[in-house]
Amino acid sequence: MSYGSTIKVPFGPQHPALKEPEYFLFEVDGDIVVKVTPRIGYVHRGVEKAFEQETYLHNLYLAERICGICSHAHTTCYTQTVEGLIPLEVPPRAVYIRLIMAELERLHSHSLWVGIAAHEAGFDTLFMYLWRDREMIMDLMEEISGNRVTHAINTIGGVRRDITSEQANKIKKFMDKFEANVKEYMKVLETEQTFLKRTKGVGILKPRDAISLCAVGPTLRASGIKSDVRADDPYLAYGEIPFNVITHDGCDVYARTIVRCEEMIESANIIRYALDHLPEGKIKVPPPRTIAPNESVGRVEAPRGELIHYARSNGTAKPERYKVRAPTLGNLASVCQTLIGAHVADIPMILAGIDPCFSCMDRVVIINKDA
Amino acid sequence: MSLFREAARQILRKPATVKYPFEPGIVPPGLRGRPVWDMEKCILCVLCQNACPTAAIKMIPKGPDAGIEYHLDRCIFCAECADACPRKAITITTNFELADTSRSTMVQHYKKPQQAQTQAAKT
Ligand code: SF4
Ligand code: SF4
Repeated sequence: MSYGSTIKVPFGPQHPALKEPEYFLFEVDGDIVVKVTPRIGYVHRGVEKAFEQETYLHNLYLAERICGICSHAHTTCYTQTVEGLIPLEVPPRAVYIRLIMAELERLHSHSLWVGIAAHEAGFDTLFMYLWRDREMIMDLMEEISGNRVTHAINTIGGVRRDITSEQANKIKKFMDKFEANVKEYMKVLETEQTFLKRTKGVGILKPRDAISLCAVGPTLRASGIKSDVRADDPYLAYGEIPFNVITHDGCDVYARTIVRCEEMIESANIIRYALDHLPEGKIKVPPPRTIAPNESVGRVEAPRGELIHYARSNGTAKPERYKVRAPTLGNLASVCQTLIGAHVADIPMILAGIDPCFSCMDRVVIINKDA
Repeated sequence: MSLFREAARQILRKPATVKYPFEPGIVPPGLRGRPVWDMEKCILCVLCQNACPTAAIKMIPKGPDAGIEYHLDRCIFCAECADACPRKAITITTNFELADTSRSTMVQHYKKPQQAQTQAAKT
């Protein structure tokens, strides 16, 4: 039913759906969203300019702090970009350790998201169980790297810590348990009415729109598009490891949940395979201090989707230009499209569906003097 | 249904959470906590200051205060300083309970022993 006139509803910067500030202006006709205007830039931190002020080694720690949840994805992308500038060959063992950490990070990020999705749908029991398991992954990562969140395991030219055989066994044992748990949670998600009613048919993103609006990561794959940087442009050792790119034809929030759950199982397999095939040898090579003029781009499949870093060197110890494109920026246009036609009550669910990470994304702030 | 099974299983297990701070937190052996300096070994070579990404280390090269000034409030516990030190004078401890209410108490001054002694003799 249409009411003939629309009402503008401001949503944010502080809002109930997310812990991060972002502003959306919804135009609603009755209960239906007809127009969405996002405004980004609330957490612009000047990261790119800061990159130009520090040396390549120091910037590693800045890159790590772009995102709290995918800190390893950012340092992997950073090291990949800087190693491309030099260029520098990383020892195979280091490559595998980076990959294992990256997949552990995907596990913890996806279980965080599925937990939040369950919470947004009003299903807090599952949220608790998922986060309990996630905590064990965090403990594993802490044991390997020395910190829960900012792992600081990557360095230019390799990794800083090795994985011992006891740690490898512990990870493998936990992967079996985790996989069994995820399969059980999936059964719950597939049958639980509380969850299905909130997610099935909600937030439809058609495959055509997903491509034309440049969606990335699980959002894109949940619209049935087979696209994953790990498979399309293999970095680290993904070219040597067999794995499936998970897709789903549902195009809704439910599909995004299932894609993430299945990706967790896939990640557990990747970790087990990588641990069984861990090459011997050195874990790092020393990098040069200064880098000759060059340009380089790094692409990584972060838990939220494709992450791109770009760097330009000028012969000094500091980069001349550094650019970061976080996956949430890629997904923002698609989520605005998805929200059109949705009920107001579904807004948090749909927004959370892309697994947004706004502070990673804000690279610019627009100040309109006249407004 | 399977959630009931999980709930029943969890009843028999011990809680997944730890009652920190009433119980000690779980600290894995390799945790990167606060770095400490052994000034017997330090040769004031400035490498740790250069390696530190957050300028948490200030080396005072000479004078009665010669040594290392460490700013806990700036430290991000990355352990780059310990990796850079040629004399292994820096140890990364697993001490993570470092919060304080005042910034002034978060600066620690490690003095070179000889200077500390001569200064003690003077006063
Ligand atoms: S641990 Fe890192 S931040 Fe802290 S003093 Fe050492 S180098 Fe600086
Ligand atoms: S790097 Fe080691 S030896 Fe050099 S100043 Fe720092 S603590 Fe002292």
